[in-house]
Amino acid sequence: MHLARRHHSSATEELQVIAPSKLAIEGVSKNFRSASGDVLALDRVSLNVAEAEFVCLVGASGCGKSTLLNIIAGLEKPDSGTVLQDGKPVTGPGRERLVMFQEPALFPWLNVFGNVLFPLKLKPNLTNKDRHDVAKYYLELVGLSRFERANIHELSGGMKQRVSLARALAPNPRMLLMDEPFAALDALTREQLYGDLQQIWKARNKTIVFVTHNVREAACLGDRVIVFSPRPGRIREEFAVDLSRPRDINSVDLAVHATEITKALKSHSQPELATAE
Amino acid sequence: MKRFLLAALFFAVLLLIWEALFRAKIWSPVLVPSPRQVAVYLEGAAMDGTLAKATIVTMRRLLIGYIIGLVAGLPLGLLTARWKVWQDTVGTLALGLQGLPSVCWVPLALLWFGQTEAAMLFVVVMGTLWSVVIATETGVRHVPPIYRRAALTMGSKSLHIWFKVILPAALPFIVSGMKQGWAFAWRSLMAAEIFVTILTGFGLGQLLHYGRELSAMEQVIGIMIVIVVIGLLADKIFFSPIEKFLHRRWGTSQA
Repeated sequence: MHLARRHHSSATEELQVIAPSKLAIEGVSKNFRSASGDVLALDRVSLNVAEAEFVCLVGASGCGKSTLLNIIAGLEKPDSGTVLQDGKPVTGPGRERLVMFQEPALFPWLNVFGNVLFPLKLKPNLTNKDRHDVAKYYLELVGLSRFERANIHELSGGMKQRVSLARALAPNPRMLLMDEPFAALDALTREQLYGDLQQIWKARNKTIVFVTHNVREAACLGDRVIVFSPRPGRIREEFAVDLSRPRDINSVDLAVHATEITKALKSHSQPELATAE
Repeated sequence: MKRFLLAALFFAVLLLIWEALFRAKIWSPVLVPSPRQVAVYLEGAAMDGTLAKATIVTMRRLLIGYIIGLVAGLPLGLLTARWKVWQDTVGTLALGLQGLPSVCWVPLALLWFGQTEAAMLFVVVMGTLWSVVIATETGVRHVPPIYRRAALTMGSKSLHIWFKVILPAALPFIVSGMKQGWAFAWRSLMAAEIFVTILTGFGLGQLLHYGRELSAMEQVIGIMIVIVVIGLLADKIFFSPIEKFLHRRWGTSQA
């Protein structure tokens, strides 16, 4: 029937908004061995993330939120427990779950365009023309079309993270994992990126797990905010943020939510002191 | 343009000082020939083909030895960076031998290979290889782990990561290792050519050697100038553009 079927997907197909993933984390624990003894970074953490949900993980540093993100990404293995993406266990890193790190982690030997192209070159079923079209589309989406030939070091911190976002979006993953991607940016740039990220999230319909220690940021971005406590890393509380979007980080309604979350965070963040000493 | 003129002026002054020293007759003209005498020698050597022939012989040895050193050194450097066993064995060996002045290989090469091309090549390879190994290993070790992690999440796997991420990320180190290897190869070849008088080809080093034998100072200085110029040209034509590209891409210099 389909003798003339094409063996590659076109750029337009590639750019289609695809169904987002759901995530099921079941009893994940992770131990780290350090000089001062074992640290239970994650203690039987369970969490479900729905399709197209934007979930923020907040907690003091060392609460294991980044470790959990790395486990979801497949960059680290849990000691026990499972992570299921759309019902399938996560066994290693892969482009269904792209990660944005705190550092932009862009490749300095490639220019802006080359960086966005990098994950696309790893997708086998595309022609080079399609790859170029897709890369152009995402650079446009993050507002950096004019800079596609620029070298990485010529960009500001905010622009770097935009390129990093474009690179993460380019292979059209069902889920984005973001590890404090805006923590190193100045406040003004960050506010702009909050707006852009919410827009892009809506437009591309992704499931996002976002790690941060900034409560306002979490309340601004998340449908749900999960509060972690450190040593051992546990989920303590969660808050639904039912404000309309796009949200303004400076709005009063948001501040109310943020205050509530901060209170919870503080009450849970007294580290349980080691009994050995 | 201004920079060029300044440089030209600098070298003109250098020549003038040389000429003045010659004219002052402080030293015998046998020891300090005039720039003109050197120029006359170079012109003669250029006209009768001696210079071109010697340069070709030398460059051929250098390039072959250098390329062997690179081709062997790169993978060895990657292996030593990747596996502890290689680091402890080949890595340590490379570190030790890199510190050995390459002229030290000449006696050994002579005894092993005799007065042959193989002796020359061996010395050049030994001069190149170890610094390339060390530079590659250092380069790979300096690659920020985040690049690897980022590439992994984008679906890059073992070999792809090595060739598309780690190798390019280590490039600035590798290029400076290549440059150092080139300098070592050049030095060791000259040492070898001065010590090894073989009949298969007369290189620049041998011309230098015979200049001394014949007390032909204008030949000695002339050939030294040729050697210096070749070194400069290699830098300007080959390494300089690569380094400029790296600096521009990485943003490591304003130049």
